[in-house]
Parts: sequence; structure tokens; C-alpha cells
Amino acid sequence: MTRELIRKAEGFVALAFCTLAAGLGLFWLVFILGDVLIHGFRALTPALFLSDPAPAGSDGGGLRNAFVGQLLITLAATAIGVPVGVLGGTFLAEYARGRKIARIISVLADIMVSVPSIVIGTFIYAILVKPAGHFSGWAGAVALAIIMIPVVLRTTENMLSLVPWSLREAAFALGAPYYKVIIQIVYRGAATGILTGIILSIARVAGETAPLLFTSFNNSFFSMNMKQPISSLTVTIFQYAMGPYDNWHAQAWAAAFVITFFILMLTLLGRVIIRWRYK
Amino acid sequence: MLEQIELRVKGLNFYYAGGIHALKQINLPVRSKQVTALIGPSGCGKTTLLRCFNRMHDLYPGNRYEGEIHFVKDDILSPDMDLISLRSRIGMVFQKPTPFPMSIFDNIAYGLKLKGVSKRPELSEKVERALKNAALWDEVKDKLNASAYDLSGGQQQRLVIARALAVNPEVLLFDEPTSALDPISTAKIEELTETLKKEVTIVIVTHNMQQAARISDWTGFLMLGELIEYDRTDKIFTAPSEKLTEDYVTGRFG
Repeated sequence: MTRELIRKAEGFVALAFCTLAAGLGLFWLVFILGDVLIHGFRALTPALFLSDPAPAGSDGGGLRNAFVGQLLITLAATAIGVPVGVLGGTFLAEYARGRKIARIISVLADIMVSVPSIVIGTFIYAILVKPAGHFSGWAGAVALAIIMIPVVLRTTENMLSLVPWSLREAAFALGAPYYKVIIQIVYRGAATGILTGIILSIARVAGETAPLLFTSFNNSFFSMNMKQPISSLTVTIFQYAMGPYDNWHAQAWAAAFVITFFILMLTLLGRVIIRWRYK
Repeated sequence: MLEQIELRVKGLNFYYAGGIHALKQINLPVRSKQVTALIGPSGCGKTTLLRCFNRMHDLYPGNRYEGEIHFVKDDILSPDMDLISLRSRIGMVFQKPTPFPMSIFDNIAYGLKLKGVSKRPELSEKVERALKNAALWDEVKDKLNASAYDLSGGQQQRLVIARALAVNPEVLLFDEPTSALDPISTAKIEELTETLKKEVTIVIVTHNMQQAARISDWTGFLMLGELIEYDRTDKIFTAPSEKLTEDYVTGRFG
């Protein structure tokens, strides 16, 4: 065989393996999404959104409590996590720029991103749930916020670093104090990037179950009291999927469908913003 | 014609963080309502000197000045100097255009708002005047709310000049303002300096010796952090006193 033929054969084998690997990944993705879509869509009813769970074992009922609870926890987590993340990222990229402390915090944040979320759940259990003596929506929100913070912080830091330094100099040269340079010039230049990071971090925590199991737990009744255990979609899916009743299974599918759809929309929104930014 | 001194550099030494002695014992007058060009080979310290006038070096820790720069009654290098007011009196235009990520109008209004101008009619009037002074008004008057990034490079640079002019500075510092521009935009900016010097004192750093010869009244030639010669521009380019200056302006090195 000539050298050229060998090279061609090698190229073909490499291509074949890559295609196979991509196909395998895609297969499971489509399988999972398709399954959720088909089963979930079938179980979607107006009652799912409008009524609270029926007594266990009986038919009917919905998951209004879980939708509202999920929304509350996610909103509270965003309200805590986003300011901390954005301000922390600002500190790293602006005030501590080039200093050792900035590098240390960046590395720690990267480690935080990969800490298993159940560890964060148990941590919040120990410092918030145990002392209070009961589960609470706030504990769940704090756990999710802690997962969000390093993501938002690193995105903010990266996006601010992308704003050319000459832009800051130009603002300084007009006599602007540093905080105004950051708020009026640098944030503006990095706004879409930071917004994308925030949206993706919300998408990331909206699907978390483990940290909520230890913190907000679950509630079979409708509740908007964040000081008490509160229902969430993910924990409900976990509980209903493991339960013995058929209508629980159906509702778990429907809930899985809704949350998957929600996260998909958030991710798409993030992508749209990125595209709009580079136009 | 009586020529007043706007800025007087006296015994200026400048050290970058890390100890590099970038400016050595500089003495230089900058005459009022005239264009002073700073020329010299790369790394000679001309930009470093320019950035002393508005204390840009203070943005980076570890930089150190010695000596004085008199500006009217004040010493720019004094630790008590209020940098915010200094920088609104001495404006700066950079090598690459630096429009802010906002509309054309807001770009010009930015410095005015920093100075506390907030009433819309007053802002509009001053924005218009600044754009007219920078010879940009006719090109942008119908799209003041468009993003500043929609302008061409040359227009952006005139926008930045207008932004600096809007706050009525006494001095404008130009750091190679045309090195990123095409010849037509360059010509426009050079024309502009000619009209601007009726109102403001201009100090310009340039790599382009023809440019210095065309637009400046006075020229300082720097090399290796030292001011080799300072004189009227026509003298520097036709009959310099120093051999080094002659070698440089005739293109023997640099």
C-alpha cells in the first residue's frame, strides 16, 4: 500500500470513530428528550397547573404548589446569587485586577463550580436547616444561590476583562471616578455577556434536585411561605417517580416536561442574546 | 505676538513600576493656543510624557513622578491635585478611537453629565456645539441616537475629539490620533487641529514627522527619555541645533 492510501485509511477510521461517538451522544440525547416530550406532553393538563395535589392514591389533582414553589425558590436564589456574583466578579476584574487575591478567588470559584451539588445541600442543611429545626424555602434558595455564585462571578469577571482597557482610560481621561467608569462604561460594554451568564446560571440551578432535598424538602400543600418547607418541581419529580401510583408517574413526566422546556427556553434565550451581541 | 505658557515642565523624571527611568530631567514649555508636537523614535518617552500631563500613570500602581509641571497656578504633579478636575481641564484623545458603548449623543454628553449638566436643552446645545467644533455635526446630525460603533474609524476619532471638547478643556492631548486612520480621515483631523488651536492648547504625539511639520508650531524631539531639542517647528525641521535631531528628522534613523 502506498503511503497516501495509508493516510487516507487513517483519516477514514478517525472520521468513522468521531461520527460514531457523536451519533452515540446524540442518540441518548434525542432518546431522553423524546421520551420526556412524549410522556410528558401526554400528561399535560390544565389541572396540572391549576390544582394542588390530590390525596395520595386518588386520581386528579395537579402540581400548582410545586410550580409556585419552584418559581419562588429560583427567584430568591437569583436575587441572592446574582448581586453577589456580579459584584464579586467586578471586584476580581476591576479592583483586584492583577493581584494574587484575584487569581486565588478565581481558582476557588472554578473549584466551586464543580463541587457536587449534594455537598452544598448538606452544607446548608448543617448551617441553616439544623439550627432552625426545620426545612425551609429560604434554605433551598441559599443552596441554589451558592451554586449560582461561582458561575455568575466567573462569567462577570471574564466579560469585564474582555472590555478593552483603553475604554476605561478614555473615561478616566474625561474625569470620571472609577465607580462611574465601571457602572456606566464597563458594565454597558459587558452587559449582554453578563446577562447571558446570569440566564445560564438560572438554567443550571433550576434543574437541581439534590441541594433542595436537604433544604426546602417538599410540601404536599400549596404554600408561599419561604420560612417553611416548600414544594419544588425537581423534588416532586423525584418523589412521584419513585412512588407507587400511576397518576404520580404521569404527573412526574409532565413536570419533567415543563422543567425541561423551561430550561431549554432559558438556554435558547442565552444563545439569542449572544448572537444579538455579536451582530 | 505674546505667547503665554500654558504648561511648564520642570525637571521632570518619571519612573515606571519596576524602576524603569522613562523620562530624564525634562524641561519643556507648552505654549498657549499653539500646537506642540512631541516626536522621537519608538520608546523614547513621548507618550509617557504626554500621559504625565493628565496623570494617566496614576491608574497603575508603582509609577512615580519627580519634578513639576506648572499648569496656570497649580502643579499637576502635586499629590493634592484633584485628578477629576484636572482631567476635565486637560482632555485626551487616544491612538485608537475609543467611543463608549452608547449612542453618539450620549458619548458626547458623558463628560458633560460628569460635570453636572443634566438639563436636556443645555445638553443638546452643548453636544451640537461640540460636534460642530469637531467637524462631525453634518455627518451625524440625523442619527444622534445611533450607536457610536456605527461610525467609521475616522468619524469615531472625531467623535472622541468632540467628546473631549464638550467639557471645554484648556488643553487637549493627542496620542498619535491618526495612526489608525486612513489618509482622508487623517487630513480631516489635521485640518481640525488648525481650527481647534484658536480655542485650546494642543500637545500631539506623532510618529509621522510630516504630520508634525504640517500641523505643529513647536516641536520637542525626545530620545531615550531625554528631550534632545525643543524649538519652533520650522527650525527643528530645517535648521536643528543638534546633530541627533537632524539625523532623526532627515530619516537617518528611527
